[in-house]
Amino acid sequence: MKIAVLTKAIPSYESSIRIDSSEKWIDESIVNFVVNESDSYALEEALQIKEQLNDDSEVVVVIMGSESNTSKVLKDGLAKGADRGIFIKNDTSETDPLSIAKIFSEQLKEESFDLILSGLQSDDLGSGQTGVLIGELLNMSTATLGIETKMEDGKIKVKRELESGWFQWVTLPFPASVSIQSGINEPRYPSLKGIMGAKRKEVKLVDAQSVSDSKQEFIKLFLPKTEKVTEKIEGTVDDIVSRMIDILKNNLKVI
Amino acid sequence: MILVVLENQRGNIHAFSQEAVAAGQQLSTKLGLDLCILCLGENASALKEQASNYKVKNLILAQNDLIGSYSADGYSKALDQVISELSPKYVLMGHSYMVRDFLPRVSAKSDVPFISDIISVTYHDNVPIFARQVFNAKIATNVQADSNNNTILLSFQSAAFSSDDIEAGSPENQIDFSLNLDTSDIRSESEPEFQESASSVDLTTAELIVSVGRGIDSQDNLPMIEALASAMGAEIASSRPVVDMGWLPPYRQVGSSGQVVSPKLYLSVGISGAIQHVVGMKGSKNIMAINKDEEAPIFEIADYAVIGDLMEIVPKLTEEIQKNK
Ligand SMILES: Cc1cc2nc3c(=O)[nH]c(=O)nc-3n(C[C@H](O)[C@H](O)[C@H](O)COP(=O)(O)OP(=O)(O)OC[C@H]3O[C@@H](n4cnc5c(N)ncnc54)[C@H](O)[C@@H]3O)c2cc1C
Ligand SMILES: Nc1ncnc2c1ncn2[C@@H]1O[C@H](COP(=O)(O)O)[C@@H](O)[C@H]1O
Repeated sequence: MKIAVLTKAIPSYESSIRIDSSEKWIDESIVNFVVNESDSYALEEALQIKEQLNDDSEVVVVIMGSESNTSKVLKDGLAKGADRGIFIKNDTSETDPLSIAKIFSEQLKEESFDLILSGLQSDDLGSGQTGVLIGELLNMSTATLGIETKMEDGKIKVKRELESGWFQWVTLPFPASVSIQSGINEPRYPSLKGIMGAKRKEVKLVDAQSVSDSKQEFIKLFLPKTEKVTEKIEGTVDDIVSRMIDILKNNLKVI
Repeated sequence: MILVVLENQRGNIHAFSQEAVAAGQQLSTKLGLDLCILCLGENASALKEQASNYKVKNLILAQNDLIGSYSADGYSKALDQVISELSPKYVLMGHSYMVRDFLPRVSAKSDVPFISDIISVTYHDNVPIFARQVFNAKIATNVQADSNNNTILLSFQSAAFSSDDIEAGSPENQIDFSLNLDTSDIRSESEPEFQESASSVDLTTAELIVSVGRGIDSQDNLPMIEALASAMGAEIASSRPVVDMGWLPPYRQVGSSGQVVSPKLYLSVGISGAIQHVVGMKGSKNIMAINKDEEAPIFEIADYAVIGDLMEIVPKLTEEIQKNK
């Protein structure tokens, strides 16, 4: 089985996010790029599927972005055990989900993957659309929010997370595009051997063919407004703690 | 025309769909476009019944045996047919899990933009501009869709609009829309929905909650949080990553895929304040948040914003609470 995993490089949680002078994107020079959270679970799921099948199955990590932002995430994917990589070089910060999906589909259609796994949502754009869009564009069956998968009778069974504590199993024929929810497994760390071996693995470099008719665009980034009157508590640890005690005791009367 | 698509939630109109109706009425008034409501698929007749006291131009029923229960293939095909027939300018839904599952397919099928998870709408010269959260809610952005396109798909984050603002009335017309679906259109098979074993801790009745996020960095720091909670007599809760990493059991999770709580005090420790977490705790009477990042989104909804390192603050706070007993 040929499995593609989309892993995106996104700013780490600790990075400070500053709007740049164009006001349409952020200052990437002060940002540390790491793998998107749900994508690392998607990669682990792909590796486990391959290990269970124990045949000549192949896991391919696919990543789009600029070289400097993505190279570490790509190397990491290979070090964890992906067989090869596809790097779609794109130096523009494309934000339209449909254009992004078209670029992926264009590059992936020749490969005829049986299964495409992606994260349910990128933590930077947060569209939550890419995996499903690619599924439609490549005429695959789709499911989202996968929290368990099983191979059965030549099909993939996906346990989907639904709202408020409900779940559902859906069975999809191949080819299928499934987006993965965090928590589905325990992502591995790359082994030393994996890290050494990654250097010799094939990475196909392709240029993103720009999609001319972008359907939506960011027109201005801004800082969210505060809804509430918030008391700021800062200073030395002693100052902070004594003010907290005062509030807990006298304002809220909970201690 | 503006089309709001209703979603079934265990026999009733989904709460998010009601908010989408409020959004639809607002857009309809501001832009001078007719408002139509579509009851699609699962339980559509009952939804139509429930929607019959909304002020709306047309109430449309689109039923078919093949979408008597939800499937991404069936719903996307059906909605695509409605869109190509009626050419609505906007199609509105709530940003539910079901919408995440099938609406992108409609976007790709019809080659139209889908602006997802919208938090607010503003109007510039009668053109609506939609705001979304990006970068984990640290930043927001205004989004504009290509105006050459016939249809724009929209989904709204919960609480972007309030169902209290729905204008009551009755539909001017009731219309049946006939769908053309074939068994071969639906590739997936769905099993009945189910719930996992009920949670063994009911956080919904807790008066005091100490909730911990990824900011504690390691499971080894959990005892420090447990000591604080026990000094306060509080229940422990957490954000999703803490559960995903196996540091706490799933029934401790607060948020859209966890419990919804409203204690007297929610003390959040090392939680950034992503919307999926916030929907589970924003109803708390008082919110105190400890975070070292002054710009953490949790501070936007906090009554008390404690800016500092939890590793230093928590042990000291625990000690002082014990002294005060
Ligand atoms: C469909 C869907 C459903 C979801 N359901 C849920 C849900 O039910 N519940 C939920 O919680 N999430 C849910 N999520 C995930 C959610 O989007 C966020 O990823 C998650 O809430 C982030 O958790 P966090 O705040 O603990 O971690 P992070 O976002 O990583 O935040 C950690 C915070 O800790 C702070 N910090 C770090 N070190 C320190 C220190 N020493 N002192 C003080 N502060 C520190 C950082 O500044 C940061 O703000 C869901 C996501 C999706 C897409
Ligand atoms: N530039 C990218 N590179 C690799 N994967 C991506 C990229 N953009 C989106 N994805 C995948 O699509 C998922 C959903 O992204 P989004 O639709 O932006 O929320 C992500 O979790 C990734 O798995």
